[in-house]
Amino acid sequence: MLRYALKRALSLAISLIVASVVIFLVIEVAPGDPASFMLGVNARPDTVAALRSELGLDVSKFERYINWITGMARGDFGTSYAYRSPVRDMIAERMWVSLPLAFYALTLSTLIAFPAGIYAASRRGGAGDTAVMAATQLGVAIPNFWFAMISVLIFAINLRWFSAGGFPGWDKGLWTGMKALTLPAVALALPQAAILARVMRSSLLDMLGEDFIRTARAKGLTRRQTLWRHALRNALIPVLTIIGLQFSFLLAGAIIIEQVFFLPGLGRLVFQSISARDLIVVESVVMLLVFAVITVNFIVDLAYAAVDPRLRART
Amino acid sequence: MTLLSVRNLGVRIHDKPILRDISFDLEAGQIVALTGESGSGKSMTALATMGLLPQGATTTGQLMLDGTDILQTPESGLCALRGDTVGMVFQEPMTALNPVQTIGAQVAETIRIHTKASRSEATRRARDMLNRVGLPEDRFPLSRYPHELSGGQRQRVVIAMAIALRPRLLIADEPTTALDVTTQAQILDLLRGLVDDFGMGLMMITHDLAVVADMADRIVVMQDGAVMEQAPTADLLTQMQHPYTRALFAASTHRPDMPPPERADDPILTVKDAVRDYPGPRRGLFARREFHRAVDGVSLTVNAGERIGLVGESGCGKSTLARAILGLEPLQGGSIAAFGHDIATLPPALRSGLQVVFQDPYSSFNPRHRVSRLITEPFHLLPRPPEGAARTQAIAEALVAVGMAPEDAGKYIHQFSGGQRQRIAIARALILKPDLIVFDEAVSALDVSVRAQVLDLLADLCRSHRLAYLFISHDLSVVRSVTDRVLVMKAGRIVEEGETEAVFTAPRHAYTRKLIAAAPVLPDLKQGKTA
Repeated sequence: MLRYALKRALSLAISLIVASVVIFLVIEVAPGDPASFMLGVNARPDTVAALRSELGLDVSKFERYINWITGMARGDFGTSYAYRSPVRDMIAERMWVSLPLAFYALTLSTLIAFPAGIYAASRRGGAGDTAVMAATQLGVAIPNFWFAMISVLIFAINLRWFSAGGFPGWDKGLWTGMKALTLPAVALALPQAAILARVMRSSLLDMLGEDFIRTARAKGLTRRQTLWRHALRNALIPVLTIIGLQFSFLLAGAIIIEQVFFLPGLGRLVFQSISARDLIVVESVVMLLVFAVITVNFIVDLAYAAVDPRLRART
Repeated sequence: MTLLSVRNLGVRIHDKPILRDISFDLEAGQIVALTGESGSGKSMTALATMGLLPQGATTTGQLMLDGTDILQTPESGLCALRGDTVGMVFQEPMTALNPVQTIGAQVAETIRIHTKASRSEATRRARDMLNRVGLPEDRFPLSRYPHELSGGQRQRVVIAMAIALRPRLLIADEPTTALDVTTQAQILDLLRGLVDDFGMGLMMITHDLAVVADMADRIVVMQDGAVMEQAPTADLLTQMQHPYTRALFAASTHRPDMPPPERADDPILTVKDAVRDYPGPRRGLFARREFHRAVDGVSLTVNAGERIGLVGESGCGKSTLARAILGLEPLQGGSIAAFGHDIATLPPALRSGLQVVFQDPYSSFNPRHRVSRLITEPFHLLPRPPEGAARTQAIAEALVAVGMAPEDAGKYIHQFSGGQRQRIAIARALILKPDLIVFDEAVSALDVSVRAQVLDLLADLCRSHRLAYLFISHDLSVVRSVTDRVLVMKAGRIVEEGETEAVFTAPRHAYTRKLIAAAPVLPDLKQGKTA
């Protein structure tokens, strides 16, 4: 198990290095010079040159890459071209919204999907199964911003249980913060839950057709017992894969939901930075997201091994 | 009281009759074998006895197990019976165990769901059972996972699970079909010992008549969901009242009428010191890879028109060698030459002289192609493949050669039975009129009557095509009946080689002797037929 973990960690490190080079190069080849952009079209060339030097843009590409990476490792993400404030603080502020939102949505989606998937699989072909499948079909088909708008209409405008948008900050208390994130999290979670429930159901059904389920039944286990004791753990591998992918998406892909609810999250930050050609912010956020995605995949890999002993043996 | 009494058992699935009017008895301490070809209803009878029929099944008749009518017992009552009064062992040990649970937990589970035994008590009893089935603690701790065991060892675990509570009845559905002959002999010994020790009744389901004759006290012969004949083993073997029984036994001892071997010294395939290594796991992050040597210095020659057998247990490297001969595996040492050319650089025109037939007649075909396209696949080897009427003619000839009709060319593979599919596979191999065909376990999955037909077909082809082949199989009796020369392979090496009859009658190598001794044989039935 330890060797497996080390191996996955090594592959994580390599992925990070490769990703950082790719991100750096892609952003570098993007047209437009941040210094001239910041100073406007009428700026004098020597002013632009001075700003370029101040921003650290006048050294070789390789040096800039090294500076960027070592700076990141120290926690120094550089200074935003547009806002002239440390990128680290900008990201940290947004992270406090995006990360809890992603976890919140993922927890909700898992809490909805697992019972729904297991229920549908155990009632295969029955009315319960049909109902769950129909609901998940809708969930997959309807975009999350529609859920967002409808939930604002019902719960914020009509029932006034939640506010329609904005984020008061965590300093107003955990409950207030959670409350502000609830509608966005639900809107994000519903489509994800629909996908996850379908994966859970089909994975479980595959497992229920396996020979070892028949063996378990021959031992005297009831249908329900075989499902919980033998099928479920075997069915988790594809489910874990989807959960890993969904987390990555929730972290960065919530931009529309952030827009609908006026949430100061990472998605909006990236969007604004791209419009403002604030490349250093874009670079840093993208790198951070890549780091998050690769780390989540690493955790998913470890979870695979925890579930399946055959993976622990394979080195 | 009779342990198991089946009376007029009928099973329909969605109104399709599966079993009709099945009646037989099984006493404690007795072994009753249900035998017949695939689709005869053997396994369905077993599942009915377990109360594990598929959904949509309706039953009639009576199935009394130890005084309880299984067919009238509700599901909760059946759950209490399964594993406790009746245990079951299945055909495929590789998939019969839960891959993510230890063997200890899986054996203990049987005990824990039926008794009030504590976890430690159940674990202790699981340990005893694993010892009893021949998996001692020092080599097989309870913490082992199924993937760490071989097929035979896994089957022992399944047996331990089934007998953990000493059920009154054990049902074994083809328990050794997926295993090697030597492993099969051990598992059969184990089952026989358990019947004696525990006084269990054993319902054994198998298509292998040699195993049946060897094990059973009583034989029930089934066909198309009905019992054709049943009698105590000795009586059945000597009398064989029913024509189907006679046909079944005749087919399983069938020896095709092979033309006499040709004595040509005209090598078309030469394998010299062939070595094939598979990379194994690295022991450390930067340690050197270890290698598993699947084929270890094998040399052999096949002359034109010669029929060679290759036998050995699973994992001995037979199939790897076959794939290397076909140029599908790179070698790490030695050489393989066909028609005087190295196999790796064999020009297509010569490559067309070398064809193959694999074990599984279904999965080796693309289900979306028609037979005409399937069997003409080798045409791409020809510089100018036949077209139009010539192509149709070639397809028709190949199909007729294997005893099928030219019209079958327009059908899809799922429209054929297992035996017909294997004929189509042979037609595909024959269409280029090759000099050498490799048969890799080509008849292992077939029923005895179909197997007999395919073997007869082989004999005909040898006569008409002057065909040479390499016949790879774990089934010694088949190899004996269709080859002139045989090679015995063990752990990647050829340990014995010689004229087939000589090797079988006077094996020199200890391993060959062990293989031959382990293979169950049908008793001589000649006197039975005249009786």
